Amino acid sequence: SEAKSGRTDLIFLIRFRHCCLLRNQRCLLAYLYDRLLRIRALRWEYGSVLPNTIQFHMSAEEVEWFNRYKKSLATYMRSVGGEEGLDLTQDIKPPKSLYIEVRCLRDHGEFEIDDGTTILLKKNSQHFLPRWKCEQLIRQGILEHVLS
Amino acid sequence: MAEAYFPVGPGLGMEENFLSLDDILMSQEKLPGRAESALPRLAVLLGQGAGSAESVPEGSKLEIPLWLAKGLHDSKRRIISVELPKIYKEAWRTVFSADANVVDLHKMGPYYYGFGSQLLNFENPENPEIAQTDSVCSLQTFIARFRRIMDSSQNTYNEDTSALVARLDELERALFQVGQKGLNDFQCWEKGQASQITASSLVQNYGKRKLTEVDG
Repeated sequence: SEAKSGRTDLIFLIRFRHCCLLRNQRCLLAYLYDRLLRIRALRWEYGSVLPNTIQFHMSAEEVEWFNRYKKSLATYMRSVGGEEGLDLTQDIKPPKSLYIEVRCLRDHGEFEIDDGTTILLKKNSQHFLPRWKCEQLIRQGILEHVLS
Repeated sequence: MAEAYFPVGPGLGMEENFLSLDDILMSQEKLPGRAESALPRLAVLLGQGAGSAESVPEGSKLEIPLWLAKGLHDSKRRIISVELPKIYKEAWRTVFSADANVVDLHKMGPYYYGFGSQLLNFENPENPEIAQTDSVCSLQTFIARFRRIMDSSQNTYNEDTSALVARLDELERALFQVGQKGLNDFQCWEKGQASQITASSLVQNYGKRKLTEVDG
């Protein structure tokens, strides 16, 4: 209404308010985008199932975004590398051996490996396990890779 | 070491990256300006006046953040005109040309280089050569300091670098950290830790912070 009444001296105020609104919008968008970048990084660094404590802090839209990203990634991984697909989130560092020595940092309960035996992961116990089974647990901070 | 979080970096030159958090912080820095016409009701917004009907009189000096200056500035300079902050002026330029390594750029505004590039956005028609010499000067300052940054980042391993880093502005700190990371990665490889799987730093941070537990 101030613009309609032709008071040109208030054009400045309108412009000022517009600047402030744009600024707020920019800050919000950058914040939300940064959150998405971190959530995306979680898929690569933590795994496809996020712990409850983190999910609690995500909004519903972010959870949905994460699920859709997971699905896109899985579709892509299936399409690459032949019949079974290629898990790109494994072997991020070049592997030196099939089996690795790991130490348990926290109680995690029972863990089953491919030949059917179960291993009890108690704090500070050490095991010699196949690399592909442990990689995710190491990244999640449950096991620790021990170099001999 | 294989980190998956890649934040949006600051823009190069005269353009800012809209989503870059660094650019947002940088454009919050204030710059001195002058009101070209009476600005009604701005006084209370800038905290200078008590009454809401007061207007900032024409010609008065203001300190406004960069984002506001960019928004209100136009080539006819009807509303706001901006001037260079003193750090980019003659007096400081002689200091820089004397010895650029000594200056504490962090204290001068932690975004010296970025902010300086943004200032070129305001065409000050009376000072085109200041803009020219300004960019040349920034460049020379940078060149002079860069050598020391590169040298120190590659040669301090596992030491406390806070004394070195305190005098650098944000761009230089980013460069320093890149150099340090390269050095650390190399040392890791030399020790044979390159194939060790590690928990990512994101995960370690989540472990340290006591996030509230969900009940039920």
